[in-house]
Amino acid sequence: MSATRLVDQFESGLDAPICLTWELTYACNLACVHCLSSSGRRDPRELTTRECLAVIDELQRMQVFYVNIGGGEPTVRRDFWELVDYATGHDVGVKFSTNGSRITDAVAARLAASDYVDVQISLDGATAEVNDAVRGAGAYATAITAMERLATAGMSGFKVSVVVTRHNVAQLDAFQAIADRYDAQLRITRLRPSGRGADVWDELHPTARQQRELYDWLVARGERVLTGDSFFHLAPYGDPLPGLNLCGAGRVVCLIDPVGDVYACPFAIHDAFLAGTVRGPGGFAGVWRDSELFARLRAPQTGGACRSCGHYDACRGGCMAAKFFTGLPLDGPDPECVLGHGESLLDMLERREVPRSATDHSRPRPRPPVPACDESPLAGLTVHHR
Amino acid sequence: MAFDLDRAWELEGRVALRPEPFGALAYHFGTRRLSFLKTRKLLDVVRSLGDHPTGRDACAAAGVSAAELPAYARALDALVGSGMVVERSGA
Repeated sequence: MSATRLVDQFESGLDAPICLTWELTYACNLACVHCLSSSGRRDPRELTTRECLAVIDELQRMQVFYVNIGGGEPTVRRDFWELVDYATGHDVGVKFSTNGSRITDAVAARLAASDYVDVQISLDGATAEVNDAVRGAGAYATAITAMERLATAGMSGFKVSVVVTRHNVAQLDAFQAIADRYDAQLRITRLRPSGRGADVWDELHPTARQQRELYDWLVARGERVLTGDSFFHLAPYGDPLPGLNLCGAGRVVCLIDPVGDVYACPFAIHDAFLAGTVRGPGGFAGVWRDSELFARLRAPQTGGACRSCGHYDACRGGCMAAKFFTGLPLDGPDPECVLGHGESLLDMLERREVPRSATDHSRPRPRPPVPACDESPLAGLTVHHR
Repeated sequence: MAFDLDRAWELEGRVALRPEPFGALAYHFGTRRLSFLKTRKLLDVVRSLGDHPTGRDACAAAGVSAAELPAYARALDALVGSGMVVERSGA
């Protein structure tokens, strides 16, 4: 009915995001090795309750249908439920991501009773061994307990959210079985080299062979498995996966971080992708409308080195954040380009300059044991008295 | 099953519409599904379904021509399939 392709409309941006990710706090009781926001400790500058309510008012005015709330662990904010209730009372649906540690029976009952709140439980291994290696000891049991409580309360269709890694890609069927057991829906997303993910991406990202298996598995399941549109870089394998199949950064999605900074997407917490702050005079709407960064992202892209590739129309150069945080040029191939162009480029760059975000709220790690002589000039010296 | 233009229809109560240059976004708060209405005229049809005795009347009122009607019926059928548009009971 329309001559213009929808995807072209989306590439030039909408007046308001279709949905956005809002990380409410950098505080988290876990310390997942691949945390894309390098969360751990609360930031003292985090938005106050009143500031959060004002953001929700703006989202309602802009008719943003729903927000994906995350963190950190968003439920540790004392005003978490107040904000959720305010949002759903103002036509802004909520889906929040949690590690499950605060899903009590009472919370589960409350969630089951609401049409406007959805929850996604993070799980990165279908066994405790695989999951806890990434998310920390006990995290598997915590997540499973939360799912049991949700299912018992009658909350159906909640999400089990998996970041696919080299170690869990063989467990896709097992993840599906877990989701089925609790009447939940499986969501599989891509590991990004963002935040602490940069430190583990080399060892954890799926191999080329695993990517192919993943693609075939996802194609076979169609719309039954959600992907958050995160695997469009796999489209050159064949048919595109369900979804918009484009990079939505600054065009149809964005991120508000806990201190109110607005970034192009949840995987791009870095000054290079900082569009502004909701604390500015124009608020969130002003940033979305007027940011120079967003204007650039909405302008026609050149395609750079990928332009001559016959598959450019399918993958559109892949994920901006994946390129950026692996040190690849933004107008070149995705590091996981299915034709191997990204990999050969990574191999060519002997010593990659990998950009690091200045925003890091990781809790300090326990200090490695220091050689005794660093502690005391006399350490290790045994004086024998005769 | 094809969309029956001669029955009474309406927008599901939990669906919100957001006009866009290309048409509109439709979001169902219950199923959390998003759909795209690809023309402004389809938006007008969907919005006014509840005010007309039949789907055909809603299309006519929005200026859908006889030639366009089959395409609009298909689009409405897809919206029924995703639960955005429902049959009006007690009409």
